[in-house]
Amino acid sequence: MDRFGPLTPLIGVVALLLIWQLAYWVEVVDRVLLPSPGSMFVAVWHGMTGGQLLLDFFRTIERTSLSILYAGIIGIPLGIALGSSVPVYRSVEFVVDFFRSTPASAVFPLFLAISGPGDATKIQVATFGASLVILFNVAYGVMNARKTRLQAAQVMGASKLRVLTDVMLFESLPQTFVGLRNGVSLALIIVIVAEMFIGSVDGLGHNVLDNQMLFEMPRMYAAIFVAGALGYGFNLMFLLIERRYVHWSGR
Amino acid sequence: MAEDAPASLHATGASSPAAAGEPHITIRGLSKAFGEAVIYDGFDLDIPRGRFVSVFGPNGCGKSTLINLVAGLLEPDAGTIRFGGKRLRDTNFGYVFQNYREALFPWMRSIDNIRYPLKFRNIPRAERDTRVERLVDRLGVTLDLAKYPYQLSGGQQQLVSIMRSLVIEPEVLFLDEPFSALDYEMTLFMRDQLQALFMDTRTTMVFVSHDLEEAVYLADDVMLLSRGPAEIADYVTVGIPRPRTAATISESAFVRVKAHCLDVFQKTVREA
Ligand SMILES: Nc1ncnc2c1ncn2[C@@H]1O[C@H](COP(=O)(O)OP(=O)(O)O)[C@@H](O)[C@H]1O
Ligand SMILES: [Mg+2]
Repeated sequence: MDRFGPLTPLIGVVALLLIWQLAYWVEVVDRVLLPSPGSMFVAVWHGMTGGQLLLDFFRTIERTSLSILYAGIIGIPLGIALGSSVPVYRSVEFVVDFFRSTPASAVFPLFLAISGPGDATKIQVATFGASLVILFNVAYGVMNARKTRLQAAQVMGASKLRVLTDVMLFESLPQTFVGLRNGVSLALIIVIVAEMFIGSVDGLGHNVLDNQMLFEMPRMYAAIFVAGALGYGFNLMFLLIERRYVHWSGR
Repeated sequence: MAEDAPASLHATGASSPAAAGEPHITIRGLSKAFGEAVIYDGFDLDIPRGRFVSVFGPNGCGKSTLINLVAGLLEPDAGTIRFGGKRLRDTNFGYVFQNYREALFPWMRSIDNIRYPLKFRNIPRAERDTRVERLVDRLGVTLDLAKYPYQLSGGQQQLVSIMRSLVIEPEVLFLDEPFSALDYEMTLFMRDQLQALFMDTRTTMVFVSHDLEEAVYLADDVMLLSRGPAEIADYVTVGIPRPRTAATISESAFVRVKAHCLDVFQKTVREA
């Protein structure tokens, strides 16, 4: 299926836009609810060149980036600590797994009640959710470190601490990146949901909800599109960093 | 052929194996069990200094367990292990694993893999580099050490792994089936590399193999283990001068030693 060369992934994009345009022409849904793709791209253009959308875009990036940063600072060391002792990990595995499976949006009202409706609350909830995902993956990566590699370091004279920093840390890196990519996706979801709650004044979530209430459909579609592109961009960024710095992954 | 060997061959008394010099590794009353399975029970062994000892025995009899105990990767249930009176932590030793793919560090270039154990020794930075260079020269290594291990062939990776264990200039080298994951051509080449290295350095070698021909080809002494709990079924002195070559394998002395080892091996397997 290499007939279209590097343009192959674009086929799906073009097909989707065509179907959308077709649905608009034959009015499958009311044109107010489903505007044309063209009008969405115009709204993206206007919004991102000095409009409110650009501002909201940056606010969401800021909140998500801070969340993933804090989540990494919390999740990576904790994951290494838990993962390097199997009994310790087993003892907290259920708790971690339970909270990891709890929808973070369900605990948002709790954080709201404790920390109030400010910016900090949004970041706290996203950090909470993402750090559990990261912690889980890092611990898993550390526990599955190749035994021979740890033994090799040990026979060469590495202390327990050096085995941890020189071998376990690197061994867990591929799995850490899986955690970071899943974590940033989750953090973005939580941040956008949080931005839809009462008391929010900016962010892509606020933008989507605001335009929905004003019935500004092209603008709403534009905000959804930008949120999607942002999620894709975050994922791609971590993937590129991983390829660059975890070059041995899967080899 | 023996005349070609370095003077140290005679100095260590290696040419008169019956009177093999002082023991290098002394094992007394070694016991080890995994749950119900008793692998060693009051095991005694002396490994002479400067000799190449091959360990051969049935699968699962405890060959890897033995070198893991001696190299400190496993705790014995009972018994003592001494290195010429010293303890393990005061002994400079190397260990070559069967699975080089999982023993090397893929995040480091080959040269950094080789340099790694020098970090844990009080060796000045400049001296570290000359050590690696000297080793490369001595082995006549031509491969590109700037590559990452996964960019090398299996044989090249195991060569890097062996160099990593040699760079500290160990007094003992443990090798656990180091060539069994390599193709036959590479295995033959690596055997001769190892033999040349041994003749050059006279490092005490403890070499586990599941290939009897290889075990005999390389060894001064072949230790044949029996199973459950492991005991020394026989300790055979090979006594064939070095360097041994492809022609050695068809010589009558070699064939005789190998046949004897096989005979002992088959008896121990039948008894078990
Ligand atoms: N860590 C371990 N836990 C439980 N059993 C083990 C362990 N290591 C080895 N064994 C068992 O001990 C026996 C000897 O193993 P090993 O020394 O690896 O044999 P081999 O002679 O083939 O190298 C085998 O039956 C093996 O299953
Ligand atoms: Mg083994």
